[in-house]
Amino acid sequence: MAASILAVDDSASMRQMVSFTLKGAGYEVVEASDGVEALNIAKTRSVNLVITDVNMPNMDGITLIKELRGLSSYRFTPLLMLTTESGAEKKQQGKAAGATGWIVKPFNPEQLLNTVKKVIS
Amino acid sequence: MSIDMAQFHQVFFEESFEGLDLMENGLLSMNPGEADAEEINSIFRAAHSIKGGSGTFGFSQVSDFTHVMETLLDEMRDGRRTVSSEGINVLLASVDVLRDMLTAAQEGGEADEARVKASRTELERVLANQGVVDAEPGETAAAPPEVASADAPETFEPVGWKIVFRPHQHLLRTGNDPLRIIRELSSLGEVDVDCDISALPDIHHIDPEDSYLSWDLRLNAAVDKSQIDEIFEWVEDDCDFAVIPILPEGFEAQADVAMPAQSDVASHEEASGATLTSQPDLKVAPPPQERRKQGDRRKSASAKKANSGASSVRVDTGKIDSLINMVGELVITQSMLGLLGEDFSMDKLPRLREGLGQLERHTRELQESVMQIRMLPISFTFSRFPRLVHDLSQKLGKKIELKLSGENTELDKTVIEKIGDPLVHLVRNSVDHGIELPDERVQAGKTETGTVHLSAEHRGGNIVIEITDDGKGLARDKILGKAIDRGLVKEDDNLTDKQIYELIFQPGFSTAEQVSDVSGRGVGMDVVRRNINELGGSIEIDSEIGKGSTITIRLPLTLAILDGQTVSIGEETYIVPLVSIIESIQVKDNMLNLVAGRGETFKLRDEYLPIVRLHEVFKVENPNATDIHDGIIVVVEAGGSKCGLFVDNLLGQQQVVIKSLEANYGKVEGVSGATILGDGSVALILDIPGMMRLASELGSRSGKLAMTA
Amino acid sequence: MSEANNTSLLGQDSNEEEQVGVQYLTFLLNGEQYGLGILSVQEIRGWEPVTRVPNSPRYVKGVVNIRGNIVPVFDLRLRFGLPEEAYSDETVVIVVRAGKEGRERSMGLVVDAVSDVLVVQDEDISKTPQFGADVPTENIRGLVTDGEQMVMLLDLDSLVLRDPASPEHDAA
Repeated sequence: MAASILAVDDSASMRQMVSFTLKGAGYEVVEASDGVEALNIAKTRSVNLVITDVNMPNMDGITLIKELRGLSSYRFTPLLMLTTESGAEKKQQGKAAGATGWIVKPFNPEQLLNTVKKVIS
Repeated sequence: MSIDMAQFHQVFFEESFEGLDLMENGLLSMNPGEADAEEINSIFRAAHSIKGGSGTFGFSQVSDFTHVMETLLDEMRDGRRTVSSEGINVLLASVDVLRDMLTAAQEGGEADEARVKASRTELERVLANQGVVDAEPGETAAAPPEVASADAPETFEPVGWKIVFRPHQHLLRTGNDPLRIIRELSSLGEVDVDCDISALPDIHHIDPEDSYLSWDLRLNAAVDKSQIDEIFEWVEDDCDFAVIPILPEGFEAQADVAMPAQSDVASHEEASGATLTSQPDLKVAPPPQERRKQGDRRKSASAKKANSGASSVRVDTGKIDSLINMVGELVITQSMLGLLGEDFSMDKLPRLREGLGQLERHTRELQESVMQIRMLPISFTFSRFPRLVHDLSQKLGKKIELKLSGENTELDKTVIEKIGDPLVHLVRNSVDHGIELPDERVQAGKTETGTVHLSAEHRGGNIVIEITDDGKGLARDKILGKAIDRGLVKEDDNLTDKQIYELIFQPGFSTAEQVSDVSGRGVGMDVVRRNINELGGSIEIDSEIGKGSTITIRLPLTLAILDGQTVSIGEETYIVPLVSIIESIQVKDNMLNLVAGRGETFKLRDEYLPIVRLHEVFKVENPNATDIHDGIIVVVEAGGSKCGLFVDNLLGQQQVVIKSLEANYGKVEGVSGATILGDGSVALILDIPGMMRLASELGSRSGKLAMTA
Repeated sequence: MSEANNTSLLGQDSNEEEQVGVQYLTFLLNGEQYGLGILSVQEIRGWEPVTRVPNSPRYVKGVVNIRGNIVPVFDLRLRFGLPEEAYSDETVVIVVRAGKEGRERSMGLVVDAVSDVLVVQDEDISKTPQFGADVPTENIRGLVTDGEQMVMLLDLDSLVLRDPASPEHDAA
C-alpha cells in the first residue's frame, strides 16, 4: 500500500508543487492549508509522514507539530518542517515541539523526494 | 526525473499578487506607533510566502528582494522595532517594486534594476537606522569549530570513519528512527555495525517507546565528514554522537571522543552548514525565464486577473459542486424527454409539457450559476483606491478620507476588468477637482478632511456604483457658459440642472482652470461615458454647488444576458432593454400635446416627454399603428433624459443572449446588438441613448424634435 | 487574352500533370460568371428570410442567424448596381469569411446560382479590363477563361474592408 503524506502549507502553489511531486512518486498525499485543518485531518486518520510549513495563519507549523505529538497515533510519526535558512531559531523551536527534522526552502522536487525517501521506507 | 515547475507558476503569481494586495492594505491601515501584532504578522506571512515561493520556483531576484522586506517586517512583528511611518512608506514603495518584479517575471521580461536597487537600499537603510532593540546574531556561520574533529594532521584524507551513535532515550519520540539513519549512512558506503545493548533494562522495565540501544559504526568509505554530519543533523540534540576519522595505516587518530555538549549545538549546526537539502550547488535554479518578449509593464492592480495568455478565475468548489448537481438534473430531464420522444402519443402530452417545463427551469438555473462563476466581488476593483487616494491627497496637500462600501457586490469578471479605469478617472476627478484644500474647506464651514465615498450595490437588476464627494460641487453656470460658447446649446434652451451637468460628458469639455496632470486633461469624461456605455451601462452626475457631487453608474449584472421587452413594429421585432424602461402606457387624448418646435409630446405625471416614432426612425415598412392611439408608448430613460418610444405592440418579456452585430457587420446607430429568438430568427436590441440621438438628429433635420440626449 | 491551357474543371481533365492551383467556386450573377476563392467559402444556403437592419445600404438585406452567429446578408446585384431581381427557389446565398487576420468577418452573398469549382493556375489570371465589366474593377482580382466562358475572380477582402455601414456604400 502506498505511503501517505500530509502536506501543510498556506501557499497554494507550494502545496501544488509538493503534492504533484510526491504523488508522481507514488505517494498518497493529503493537503491542508493551515495547522487547524491539518490537525482536524490528523484526528481522523494517520499518515506515514507530515510535511508542514512554519508560517501559516490560524495555527502555525510549530504549534501543529506540538499538537500532533499529543495525538497517540502521531507520537512517532516523522514530522518535517519547511523552513528558511535564516530560521536557526525556528529549527530549535521545532525540535523542542517534537519535530523530526526539516527541509530548507527553497528546495526543488528532487531534494524533496530524496528527503522523503529517507524518512519513509 | 525532472518535473516542469512552470505548471505551478500561474498559481504562484496569482497568489503572490493577492499577497501583495494584502500587504498593501495592511500597511495602509497601520498607524505608526500602534502596531496590531496580528496585522503585522499577516503582512509578514504574505512576504514570507512570496519569498519562499519565488525561491522555490526559481525567481531568485524576487526572493532576494523579498527577503529584505521580510527581515524588516520580522523585526516589526517581534516588537524589536517600532512601526514608524517612514518604515511603512518604505515598505509600501517596496510593495510596488515587488509587484513590478513579479509582473516582469510573469511576462518573461526584466524589472527595472535601478528601481529595485533603490528600493532595496531604502529598506536596508531603515533596517540599519533607528536602533534595533536586541541585535539578532547574524546567520553566517563563524569559522566552524569542529567538534570531535581530528587532531590528526589534516593533510591526510581519512579512509573511513568511526561513528559512535548513542541515541537519547526519547529519540524515537521525535519521529526519528535510528535504523533509518544507519541505513542512510550505508548509502555512503559499507558500514560495519556493532550494537551495544548494555543499556537495556530488564524486560519488565523496557518501555518500547524509549531507545536504549547504541551503536558503534564503522563506515569504510572515504567520504567527506560533512556528508556524515548531514545524515545526523536532525538528531544532533537527541543523541550522543561522535565522528572519528580512520586514517591510513600509520597514523594515529588522536581525536578525543568528545560528546557534543548542549552549548556546542549551535555552533555545530553552523558547522554543518549544509542542511539535508540546501547545499549551494543543489539549490534550485531553473534559469529565470528566458526572455520571450519584452512585454510592456502593466499597471499593477489591473494585472491581477487579466493576465497575459490564459486568464483564469478562482472558483469556490462549492459553486462547482452545485453546478455538477445541476448538470445531473439536466441529464435526468433530458433522458426523460428522450424516452418520451421514442414512443410518443398524444396522451403523453401533459408529461411532455411537464418535462419541457423542467428543462426550462434547469437550463435557467444552470445558466445563472455559470454566469455566477464569472462574478467576482467588486473589491478587486476597489482595492486600488485606498492607495490611490492616499498618494494623491498627499501630493495635492489635501486631507481626504475614502469610504468604501459594498465591496462584496459581485459583478461579471469582464465588467470588473473594464470598469477599473473609468472609476479611477472619476475618483481622481473628485480628489482633484471636487474636494477643496483644507483651508478652503474650513473657510466654507466644512471639516478639514473631505470625504469621498465609493459604493456598490445591487439595485433593481443592476449594479449601481456611486462616487460621492462632499467637495465644492460642479460649477453649473460655468459649464453652461462654456457649452453656449461651444455652440452645444443655445442661450434660451431651457435646461434642467441635471441636463447641464450632463454636458460635461461632451468631448473636449473641461472647465478646470488649469490642466492638472493629476487627473489628465479633463478629456476623459466622454471616454468614461463611452466605456460605460460599451459595457451596457449608463452614467449620470448630480451635484449641488458648495456641497458636493454624486456620480451614479448603472451596469447590467452580466454582459451577455439582457432582460428585454419584446416589441413589434409592423412585421419586425425589436428588443428594448428592460433596465431602461420606466413604464409602458397607452396614450389617451388628453395626454397628447403638440409643442411648437418640439414635436409630439405626451404628459407623464408632471413632465412632457417627446414621442419617438420608431417606425419612422427605423423606416419600417407597413407599421400597424401610425396613429398614436393605436399603439403603445414605452417610456424609457437614458442619460438623464426620458422619452416615449411609439411601437405597435408589446410582446413578451424575456431574457435574451446578446449577440454581437459588429463582429460580422458593423455598428448601427440605435442598435446595441442582436439576439436569437426562440424560433431562430434574429431580433435587434435597441441602444436607447443611441436611438435618442438618432431621433433627435432626424427630428432636427425635419424640424420636428429637439431633445438633449 | 489568356492562354487557357491549364484551367480545368475538377475531375474532367485527364491530363495528369499535377494540378497545382487554387480552387474557385464560380457563380452566376446577372448572366456573368464570377469566382470566389474556395477557402473563403463557408457554406452555401438557400435564401431564408432575414431580419432587416434599419438605416443600412440597400444592398444589405439584413442579418441572419447562422449557428448562433449574426451574419449580414448582402445582395450582390444591388451591391454592384445591377438590376434587382426577385428571389426564387433557386436563389442561393454563399456564406463567406474574409478579411485581414484578426479582423475577419462572415457574410452571406445573394447570387443567382452557383456553377462549379474551378482550379486556376496563377499564370492564367489576366488583368481586369478597364471597362466593360459590370463590377467595379477594384473588387476584381483578375480574369480567367473557362472553356469559352470568362470568369471574373472577386477580391473578397476589398468587399469586406470597407465598413458596410459607411455612407459611400449606398448603391451606385
